[in-house]
Amino acid sequence: MAMTAADIEAYIREAFPDAKIQIEDLVGDGEHWSASVESTAFAGRSRVQQHQMVYAAFKGHVGGALHALALQTSAPKT
Amino acid sequence: MTNPAETRITADITENAVMLYMKGNALMPQCGFSARVVSILNHMKVPFKTANVLEDPVLREGIKQFSNWPTVPQLYVKGEFIGGCDIVSEMFQSGELATLLTEKEIPHE
Repeated sequence: MAMTAADIEAYIREAFPDAKIQIEDLVGDGEHWSASVESTAFAGRSRVQQHQMVYAAFKGHVGGALHALALQTSAPKT
Repeated sequence: MTNPAETRITADITENAVMLYMKGNALMPQCGFSARVVSILNHMKVPFKTANVLEDPVLREGIKQFSNWPTVPQLYVKGEFIGGCDIVSEMFQSGELATLLTEKEIPHE
């Protein structure tokens, strides 16, 4: 079953309570999403690590119910 | 948890300077994200090897476990996991990919 924007935001919010989140349905099929996430938790981490942290928040759903999630992550500019 | 594909993946990414795990192959990508990475590498005239995870379910799961990354495509340069479609695209647009390839002494344009 495809995911909704609210589902995606909830997973990210649970793992990154301070995050600024923007979600976009890339194709309109509820399976190909893009999300930009800004959180202090990403400070000092490589881009791959940041994305792995976000993927971990989905507890295995990415690649399953959520076919694809293109990510843009960043730490707030200090 | 053992990874039956680990030996093969380790050999692939060691023997091939640029290794792309994808859906389909370079001539016939079978997923938009895989096609995007192929087009970037072709645009930069980077020699690369591909492996089609759709033909090998053990590899398809093994590569995700190997890199702790849930999706394909996955790009490796000199044995190092670089990222999937979004990271490779971002690095291409920012010029970071060209810098990385130069640092790793991989011919490109």
